[in-house]
Amino acid sequence: MEHYNMNLTLKVWKQKNAKAQGSLETYQVKNISSEMSFLEMFDVLNEQLIAEGKEPIAFDHDCREGICGTCSMFINGRAHGPWEKNTTCQLHMRAFKDGDTIVVEPWRSQAFPVIKDLVVDRTAFDRIIQAGGYISVNTGNAQDANALPIDKKNADDSFMAAACIGCGACVATCKNGSAMLFVSAKVSQLALLPQGQPERESRVLNMVAQMDKEGFGNCTNTYACEAECPKGISIANIARLNREYLVASLSTED
Amino acid sequence: MNIKGTKTVESFHKRLGKIMWDKCGMARNEKGLQEAIVEIQQLKKEFWSDVRIPGDIDEMNPELDKAGRVADFIELGELMCKDALNRKESCGGHFREESQTEDGEAKRDDANFSYVAAWKFAGESNWELTKEELNFEIVKPSQRSYK
Ligand code: SF4
Ligand code: FES
Repeated sequence: MEHYNMNLTLKVWKQKNAKAQGSLETYQVKNISSEMSFLEMFDVLNEQLIAEGKEPIAFDHDCREGICGTCSMFINGRAHGPWEKNTTCQLHMRAFKDGDTIVVEPWRSQAFPVIKDLVVDRTAFDRIIQAGGYISVNTGNAQDANALPIDKKNADDSFMAAACIGCGACVATCKNGSAMLFVSAKVSQLALLPQGQPERESRVLNMVAQMDKEGFGNCTNTYACEAECPKGISIANIARLNREYLVASLSTED
Repeated sequence: MNIKGTKTVESFHKRLGKIMWDKCGMARNEKGLQEAIVEIQQLKKEFWSDVRIPGDIDEMNPELDKAGRVADFIELGELMCKDALNRKESCGGHFREESQTEDGEAKRDDANFSYVAAWKFAGESNWELTKEELNFEIVKPSQRSYK
């Protein structure tokens, strides 16, 4: 594809801290290369703002290669921007044309309060993971992989679920602010493997209880999460989560 | 934060990177390393007198965070050059242009450099070398060739 440069108008959410009122600020950027990533475009803008004596825009980023899940942004009304199965850091500026106006907002969800500008507090996810996203194994020498046969379908489904990077796009895009896709991915990944069996029932009960405590909404099967998930996590996981939850609540004593 | 200078943290990071890339890359030599040390010391002075860190101290401030790291990188960069200058042999990813075999391979000097260099901070641009000797009992280090 042809490389080109573009001038853009950005409307970016600025908010000093969790308590302050935020608003959209307008910025102009010039000569942005079509080969830059969306975050690199922000780097250029921030350098320009600092040079002008203004405040740069705070945004989250770490790996910049689509695996850490920190680069949360709502771009033109879509989590992680216009491309399918893609994170903001892997969104390239060739997705836009010269003269475009781009609106950038943070994740908006009660359970993810804004820390500053585009940065939100996602520790609610950490607490859900702490509630059950682990397995108990003895440390020491790893067992020979072939000693533990796993059904091909289960291995594949587990692997697909394990691709979740905990970005929170599913929550941000859901009109109910539900974290079901995330929790279902984490529960499925472990429930499908023999290593996940010891805590299988307590895990699902504890993780769902923590999810409710954090103030995430309920799932009403709108499928918006699946459409916006950068890792293509399937809503089939939510059906599995519901089954796991039902079985666990019927069979445990506590 | 109080320096309120004119240059961004990012611009110092890039300049440091360029010095390291040019003069403390895979192939380095005495002259280049000595120049690099002087350049980094100048860069450090400039950083501490002309860096601009926007925002406030009592809020999330990614630029302040970055400034702390770049300040560390500047010190570490200088030390890396100093260590590379001290180790006159070639060895692994450290290729001293002065120490090569006739066909351009890295030339080791185990008689003089069979040690791990541990540098102890001893004040501004000053480090003391402690040598941790390496004694090989079974496998002896030798010239490597990929030809
Ligand atoms: S399920 Fe998808 S959208 Fe939700 S946190 Fe995981 S990777 Fe992100
Ligand atoms: S910065 Fe890590 S996924 Fe985007």
